[in-house]
Amino acid sequence: MLSISPTNLKFASKRASSIQMQWGRIGIYGFLLVTALFFLLPLYVMLVTSFKELDEIRLSSIFALPQDVSWDYWKVAWSSACTGLECNGLQVGFWNSVQILIPSVIISVMFGAINGYALSFWKIKGANILFACLLLGAFIPYQVFIYPLIRVYAEIGIYGTLTGVVVSHVIFGMPIMTLLFRNYYSTLPIELFNAARIDGAGFFKVFFIIMLPMSTPIIIVAVIMQVTNIWNDFLIGLVFAGNDNLPMTVQLNNIVNTTTGERAYNVNMAATILTSLVPLIIYVASGRWFVRGIASGSVKG
Amino acid sequence: MNVIAIQMHFKRNLLAYIAALPMALTVFVAYMGTMFWSVRLSFSSSRMLPKNDFVGFVQYERLFNTSRWISSLENLLLIAFLFLVICFVLGFLLSIFIDQKIKAESFFRTVFLFPYAMSFIVTGLVWQWIFNPQLGVQKTVQALGWDSFQFDWIVNPDMVLYTVVIAAVWQGAGLVMALLLAGLRGIDEDLWKATKIDGIPAWRVYISIILPMLRPMIITTVVLLSISIIKMYDVVVAMTGGGPGVASEVPAKFIMDNLFERANIGIATAASTVMLTTILCLIAPFIYSNYIKKQGR
Repeated sequence: MLSISPTNLKFASKRASSIQMQWGRIGIYGFLLVTALFFLLPLYVMLVTSFKELDEIRLSSIFALPQDVSWDYWKVAWSSACTGLECNGLQVGFWNSVQILIPSVIISVMFGAINGYALSFWKIKGANILFACLLLGAFIPYQVFIYPLIRVYAEIGIYGTLTGVVVSHVIFGMPIMTLLFRNYYSTLPIELFNAARIDGAGFFKVFFIIMLPMSTPIIIVAVIMQVTNIWNDFLIGLVFAGNDNLPMTVQLNNIVNTTTGERAYNVNMAATILTSLVPLIIYVASGRWFVRGIASGSVKG
Repeated sequence: MNVIAIQMHFKRNLLAYIAALPMALTVFVAYMGTMFWSVRLSFSSSRMLPKNDFVGFVQYERLFNTSRWISSLENLLLIAFLFLVICFVLGFLLSIFIDQKIKAESFFRTVFLFPYAMSFIVTGLVWQWIFNPQLGVQKTVQALGWDSFQFDWIVNPDMVLYTVVIAAVWQGAGLVMALLLAGLRGIDEDLWKATKIDGIPAWRVYISIILPMLRPMIITTVVLLSISIIKMYDVVVAMTGGGPGVASEVPAKFIMDNLFERANIGIATAASTVMLTTILCLIAPFIYSNYIKKQGR
């Protein structure tokens, strides 16, 4: 017998809403999974293509798994792929990128820390205006600066040299680095600074003894950001590095978009993965630190 | 302040001023100096070599009579509009769904954000490969038996811009997700209890209550995305080279080509001045309200 009592009604509606909830959950997971597939697809395609023979690439589907896995094309990409007439592979660009990366990261993080410290603890006249102009620089397209900078570099003899690229990375990385450290230092209590000042510590003593040891988290964030940014840079390397110091991204583009000879898609894909390996490893290894950098910096040059 | 007090101030803070010198040099020489130099050159008759004469707006007239520049502007507008809308909607949806206490949350977050760690060159090359009609998706679907299947967007002048948008969304949507998720996590649980008692459907809450609460994050996100679009260069170079024809030409690439390949300094600097002015109008109020007003000590 079916009686419509208030308790029954309540039960029915509760069941209906829980069924609705379940469909909602399925919808959420469905959407997330489909989107995740879209995001992973290029990575997958790169990987499988890098193992296929050229004939296999022509015949099989772009999504098909390779018939057998050999690292041959990776080896070619690394050590004998051609850019123009030179066939020494991507390793040239890799080592150039490393050479550019190390001094650029160290110097730009150091400047960022000192600037941030000076801006948040010291009374410098016009500091706010200076900082505003610096930040503005982060947003302006490099194209505005490039031609005059080339002229200046040529004048002082660093155009087309390693020094030239490093200086450019330091210049263009300064806004975001300064912003990171300034924001971090302005959360530290000013009493700390005042106490040290009363004890007679000077600018650099306060910095090295008190501020720097407290800066580890923000230094990690800054290093992660700079390594990723500088490794991924294309424009600065292309314009300022000169032919002997072209970074990996530029060399990759030269290898892939070269117009001479038959296109070796497998080698190209292996080369593409090799180039993105450094930022990928950093991204996966650093996890939340990476996100923290985006959130606290929020200005990407 | 009298003279002695000013002297005292500088003496006490001397090292701070010295330490700020590299920053001042960067701002005044590397940014402002080169900026004014560029603007100055845009009013000269420079072509292959820079000149010091003054010809008024001649370069700007030439620039806006160049059909390639006009189409690069139109392309940029379309890309920017689609990219902003899609990136934002997708990123916001992802952040909402990830915020539903789901399983494997960190897996999803990692997957959605990893393209942001890739360089634009890599992004462009991979998508160029996927869109390649002879070897990519078109060929694969045709091989399955659907012979008339057409997916030749990347070589089709009318459609190529959409391929650029897809690649750019792939790279940037994760950023929106990460920033908005951080915003969602900061919202008080009590809000949800209150709206549940009032029986307001969840989607209404998100649109009418949460979205306005996330305003600062949204502004930051939109500014970041807009800047990356205006600067867009690498991804186009790697993916389409501006082609077919000039169908995917963008202003940043137009300037680089005129500077280096066409040796046309006057037009290039005029174009970069136009870009500069646009960005300054977009950004000045944002910088003021976000960084200067709030966080100063």
